[in-house]
Amino acid sequence: MPSATDELWFDNPVIERFLVDAILETIYMTSATGFFTALFGLPLGILLFNLGPKGLYPVQLFYRVLSVAVDFARAVPFIILMIWIIPFTRLVVGAAIGWEAAVVPLTIGAIPFFARMVENSLREVSWGKVEAVQMMGASKLHITWNVLLREGLPGIVGGFTITVVTLISFTAMAGAVGGGGLGQLAINYGYHRYMGDVMLICVILLVVIVTAVQYTGNYVARRIDHR
Amino acid sequence: MESASSVIELQDVRKVYPGNVTALDGVSLRIGPGSIHGIVGRSGAGKSTLIRCLTGLEDLSSGSIRIDGRSMDRATGAELMKARRAIGMVFQHVNLLDSRTAARNIAHPLEIAGVPRAKRRARVSELLELVGLADRADNYPAQLSGGQKQRVGIARALAAEPRVLLCDEPTSALDSTTTRQILQLIRSLRDRLGITVIIITHEMSVVREICDSVSLLENGRVSRTGRLLEVISDTTSPLSKELISLPPTSALKPGQQLVEVLLTESEHVQNIGDLFSLLAEQAVPARVEAGSIETIQGKQVGRLHLRPEDMQSAQRTLQVLHSAGLHAELTTAEQVAAEEAAAEEAEAPREGGR
Repeated sequence: MPSATDELWFDNPVIERFLVDAILETIYMTSATGFFTALFGLPLGILLFNLGPKGLYPVQLFYRVLSVAVDFARAVPFIILMIWIIPFTRLVVGAAIGWEAAVVPLTIGAIPFFARMVENSLREVSWGKVEAVQMMGASKLHITWNVLLREGLPGIVGGFTITVVTLISFTAMAGAVGGGGLGQLAINYGYHRYMGDVMLICVILLVVIVTAVQYTGNYVARRIDHR
Repeated sequence: MESASSVIELQDVRKVYPGNVTALDGVSLRIGPGSIHGIVGRSGAGKSTLIRCLTGLEDLSSGSIRIDGRSMDRATGAELMKARRAIGMVFQHVNLLDSRTAARNIAHPLEIAGVPRAKRRARVSELLELVGLADRADNYPAQLSGGQKQRVGIARALAAEPRVLLCDEPTSALDSTTTRQILQLIRSLRDRLGITVIIITHEMSVVREICDSVSLLENGRVSRTGRLLEVISDTTSPLSKELISLPPTSALKPGQQLVEVLLTESEHVQNIGDLFSLLAEQAVPARVEAGSIETIQGKQVGRLHLRPEDMQSAQRTLQVLHSAGLHAELTTAEQVAAEEAAAEEAEAPREGGR
């Protein structure tokens, strides 16, 4: 096994051998989680808003139940959630370690977070717009899709960006318990084996990825925002 | 407008909110085709509730509403959606979708009604032309001025060819020049398309400028209604004083007697010139303390405060004016001041609360 006193930086065999994979793992983990979070979080957010007191289908009981469930999932610390749902993770991906396995708890942690962001963005759409379109004889489905979602989209994109950025830092935590990626590399070699160069490179790369995501998110939000 | 063919017909409309709050207390109203009807009232009088009931956004507690022969109060679901398409609505805050260009905002009701794309495009450019924004089709609302936004709002309201245009404080967020332009637009649209227009407003100037008839809403009831000139001529009506209001007069001595004269539909005195000729003919010396003259539907209408020299000449002035069929009464400086204070309170800007 290589030790801390051998060659440094790009001559360091740890970096030579593992860095590219770690970068890819982090990117895969983040993308897959982002995809599933959007897939489930967006409808959940819409449901939360529409069942809520200011929604198009206000049903107080359903809203309460859903709301409590969402808050519960958000309250469980991520590191605990990850370990707690290992049996479920095994069921879904057939393994408990590796980046594919990390996607399951990451997604479950991120869905309620993103759903609340969606709910908030929809709440910011002025109700006058909803009534104006209602007056045109539009169905509630049409209003949800063409008014709430479309007018709330810049906010939703902003919320999604924040969610993904948070996700990236969570992938590092997942790395601590075998999730792979830059986080795991930093902990296993940078921390446990005192390789300062590995640590620094991982940190810089994580910052670069986060910045790229944030920048892209801002750009997209600006492009679709005509306010 | 008393004909059986009213486009809008409200029959004893009552709306009671939970907690026994009566917002509308038996409103009956008939509005004939092609007329512009103003509904005025202070905040809390029930204007907002009335408009929400008219559009089916709010259920009635009792009574009935028919618009263009369709019942609005009993319609639900798909039927209500269809009934709403017979009404075009213009809002105080316009409520355009920021994510759509002017053209796509106007096309929205047509999309909902399932009009095919090619037809939609033709209709939109026709509407943009109609409201004078042909060159603004691809602008987003954020790139338009307040008046332009309201024009787009009006074009959108007219897109699905409604019989009725419902305007809820359409000019309250606009400056006076833009207000005039928007009101002129509404009138010319009525003239060209023959639509029936309801304007809910707290601005008397809006009523003066374009309404054919007006209703005053007070405590959830229609306390006055009629043709504009009739309502102004009705000296017992608070609306008369609000529609033709006098500018504030400051330098009145306490106890000063004044003759208030209302110039409206009268056979002998057609305009303000006739009035002065009459006073001169009869050798009545009177100084004008304050006056307000408006041209309403092509007729000169006004209210004047004349200051007679003494009690005797006041009586003589009254006599001359009465014999000419004009409404005139004696008033004092104190009364005028009290009325001014009340008017000021009424004119204070108000938001339509809900």
